[in-house]
Amino acid sequence: MKATLQTTRPRASATGQPETLRDYLRDYVARLRGGEMGALPAVIMLVFLCTFFGIARPPFLTALNFANLFTQGAAVTVIAMGLVFVLLLGEIDLSAGFASGVCASVLAVLLVNHQWPWYAAIGAAIVTGACIGLVLGVLVAKLGIPSFVVTLAAFLAFQGIALLLIDNGTNISITDKAILLIDSSGKVVPWIGWTLCTVVITAFTALQVMRRRSRVRRGLQAVPPSVITIRVLTLAGLLGASVYALNLDRSVNPLLASQRGIPFIVVIVGVLFVFWTFVLNRTAYGRHVYAVGGNREAARRAGINVDRIRISVFVICSTMAAVGGIIAASRDNSVDPNTGGSNVLLYAVGAAVIGGTSLFGGKGRIIDAVLGGAVVAVINNGMGLMMYSPGQKFIVTGSVLLLAATIDAISRRRASAAGLR
Amino acid sequence: MNGTPTLEIRGLNKSFGPVHVLRDVDFTIHAGQVTALVGDNGAGKSTLVKCIGGIYPMDSGQCIFEGRPVTVNHPKDAARLGIEIVHQDLALCDNLNIVENMFLGRERRSGIVLDELTMERRAAETLASLSVRTVISVRQQVASLSGGQRQTVAIAKAVLWNNKVVILDEPTAALGVAQTAQVLELVRRLADNGLAVILISHNMNDVFAVSDHIAALYLGRMAAQVPATEVTHAQVVELITSGHSGPLGLQSQQKAGSPEGSDDLDLVTDPGKGAQR
Ligand SMILES: Nc1ncnc2c1ncn2[C@@H]1O[C@H](COP(=O)(O)OP(=O)(O)O)[C@@H](O)[C@H]1O
Ligand SMILES: [Mg+2]
Repeated sequence: MKATLQTTRPRASATGQPETLRDYLRDYVARLRGGEMGALPAVIMLVFLCTFFGIARPPFLTALNFANLFTQGAAVTVIAMGLVFVLLLGEIDLSAGFASGVCASVLAVLLVNHQWPWYAAIGAAIVTGACIGLVLGVLVAKLGIPSFVVTLAAFLAFQGIALLLIDNGTNISITDKAILLIDSSGKVVPWIGWTLCTVVITAFTALQVMRRRSRVRRGLQAVPPSVITIRVLTLAGLLGASVYALNLDRSVNPLLASQRGIPFIVVIVGVLFVFWTFVLNRTAYGRHVYAVGGNREAARRAGINVDRIRISVFVICSTMAAVGGIIAASRDNSVDPNTGGSNVLLYAVGAAVIGGTSLFGGKGRIIDAVLGGAVVAVINNGMGLMMYSPGQKFIVTGSVLLLAATIDAISRRRASAAGLR
Repeated sequence: MNGTPTLEIRGLNKSFGPVHVLRDVDFTIHAGQVTALVGDNGAGKSTLVKCIGGIYPMDSGQCIFEGRPVTVNHPKDAARLGIEIVHQDLALCDNLNIVENMFLGRERRSGIVLDELTMERRAAETLASLSVRTVISVRQQVASLSGGQRQTVAIAKAVLWNNKVVILDEPTAALGVAQTAQVLELVRRLADNGLAVILISHNMNDVFAVSDHIAALYLGRMAAQVPATEVTHAQVVELITSGHSGPLGLQSQQKAGSPEGSDDLDLVTDPGKGAQR
């Protein structure tokens, strides 16, 4: 009985030599075929949309509009980052949009009506978000009410709370300088922008090289140097071009006032992206989130406190919604009962799903929120420039979401067909 | 049988409400040996191993681990003793890779960061120590594995933690011929590496292929626990279906298996039954 079956052609063994570029590419193609599309659909959509709008509407490709894309898309992207956690467990938070509205209202009321300093008001808004998430999470995890129902109820209730907080529908304008820096006036001085860019590229390169070294030293399979080079060059190209474009003067009338530099919001979103990616990929907590999303029973048997994980993702989601609300308040220079309302939630869920996060749970990354958020922002912005009506924008965004969900469902089918079960 | 048993269960009783599922069950396993646990559906095999694994508390009975009396009231107690169950439904996360599954819930860290390198190394070593050559890379997602490979991962996970007792609940039930052979080979190797293995199976060929001892449950009673070389295929089937086979097994008034019970084995000479092994 010594015959051991070799079900698949062996490559570099479990403890074997480093991979080559060809192995790497072959793996990548195999993963694509197996339905693991990763970021590819979102990147393709993004390239297609940018090309289309760039040709159809040249103003789309100006420095001013490029900066606008970030300012316009940031709130949805940040809310989508939080939603990724909830979606990873196969749950949904329909109240994230209005939760961001409630938190923005808390911010505005404390700031304007009670003259709180900006940092205290921001802190209060974020704590409000965390408490909202805690309540939702406990209702879902401890009482066992489906998240769809809990958050649908909250969706309605929060709408009411926002109305009550902001005196039945008036609009509170925000004049606090610090809050406005977040997503309207804040810009990084050009040379600091370039420094930041260099630091990020250097840190990324160092991390990649160090990880490869320590893997090779322990005789583990490692990414080939050529792949690292490609990654670093891609990042450097994208970042460098972006910083260059954002450092151009985008003022409508440069003689009166110059407008140059990376908007603060880009840095904020970048920091949030790195932080949550680290949490999901490099900590035991993140691993447990994936495990609970993949197989709750297996996670329970492995000794993971499933209820605590389920509650925590709602806390993260609502907290990120609060951050999104603060960003929206800064962008609009005001808060009204409709902040975080109308299409914000659908755009955020759409962003996560378009980016590649699965609605079935167990699959998703923070970068999905960023890429998907970019797709949503580009559609909105581009169609706005082409003078399409809001109705037409909704229809296109809805169709793109449906397309993304279709890709999700199909790749799931392919994955289970590729698994030899 | 050599030396102290790794685990000895004496007089175990377990009821679910009015249903008396296990009655005065005695059960012994030894290091380095595969003990097959057989019995009809509903005989109480899964319940017995869940009692051992601390998933169900025992109503009464003694549990002696390596000569010391112990109480196992929680899966954590069992884990501390080094008892691990590979459940019928494997409890792997499809969306995680092999290393991530093997270390799930017991991740290695340095600071707050996961120590991926150590985990990957250990997982690869464990698979290598079991001479597993069926998985290409320990970073393969479990979703892409075949049934036999999944079973292999589940078993390797049980071995990773220096366990002393590994319990396999019907590991080959869902597998084809080739994969069954692989998994059985792995089961044998676990015992050869010094572990005490309990194998629950319905398949007599599997049972006779790898086990040293066979324990047959009949309606919640231990009908017999005998060396595999001293019984025939047909006798085991008889023990499973009627609780006794000649003088082996439960007698009409259910006398407890006294030491004299061992001369039962002289009678394993029924014509036509010796051919199986
Ligand atoms: N959790 C439970 N509650 C009530 N009855 C149970 C439970 N688990 C098992 N039983 C009963 O105990 C008996 C033995 O079951 P089980 O141990 O699963 O048998 P086997 O694994 O040998 O097929 C069956 O009659 C079953 O209905
Ligand atoms: Mg069973």
